[in-house]
Amino acid sequence: MSAEFDITETLDVTGASCPMPVVKTKSAIDDLAEGAVLEVVATDPGSMSDIDGWASGTDGVELLDQEEGDDVYKHYVRKTE
Amino acid sequence: MSTDTPGGSADDAPSRAELAARVDELEDALAEATDGDDTKKMSIIATKGTLDMAYPPLILASTAAAFGYEVTVFHTFWGLDILHEERSKNLKLSSVGNPNMPVPNAVAALPGMDRVTTMMMERKIDDNDTATIEELIETSLDMGVEFQACQMTIDLMGYDEDNFYDGVTTGVGAATALQDMAEADIQLLV
Repeated sequence: MSAEFDITETLDVTGASCPMPVVKTKSAIDDLAEGAVLEVVATDPGSMSDIDGWASGTDGVELLDQEEGDDVYKHYVRKTE
Repeated sequence: MSTDTPGGSADDAPSRAELAARVDELEDALAEATDGDDTKKMSIIATKGTLDMAYPPLILASTAAAFGYEVTVFHTFWGLDILHEERSKNLKLSSVGNPNMPVPNAVAALPGMDRVTTMMMERKIDDNDTATIEELIETSLDMGVEFQACQMTIDLMGYDEDNFYDGVTTGVGAATALQDMAEADIQLLV
């Protein structure tokens, strides 16, 4: 676990598959304030590539980190604007 | 022998100030040309209404909306069934003509087989926690995707405007779709 940022909120999308992890991450980010960090907990292996792609193609978000555990994939996204 | 700079004298060359002015002018023109609406747009035409073919337009539409795209999905012919509140919950899948399904065509063509194939697919969707068509439509609508139902095919199929999900746009035709496609960064026919 990185100590470089504080998690503002956690979004649980375990069980959900494409496109829901990305779609729900976007909706959750919309509800947060600038500077907030969203932790996304997923079980969809495709979420590693999808959330990375979404974050680099979307204004106002920055992917801070991704962690691959035992069947659990965690993503940390900061809202930058 | 001449001491002139090849290609003309230095006096003929534009001065730094002139070049700077020209750069400013071009930058202004560029800003004007690229000014205005910089929202990315996607336009999808959905023409199929089988269970498998209903997924791609909805998955791409909701994902593009998550990327900040302005999305319109124009539904025509069998694609209308995806927006039809009742029919969208009973979309079918057939093995006939689909060699990737584990049922031979001769068997797949028997009465009732489409129901079996559809049930098999629905069970897979359920087992994998794949979103249902209804969930994808509701999610897409929440995210601002515009679903359009082609008026000509609504009439052709004998549907009523009330048959569709709340928020679906009716009373549109090919010209509307064409306009969306012309303005879109991504255009897809599914």
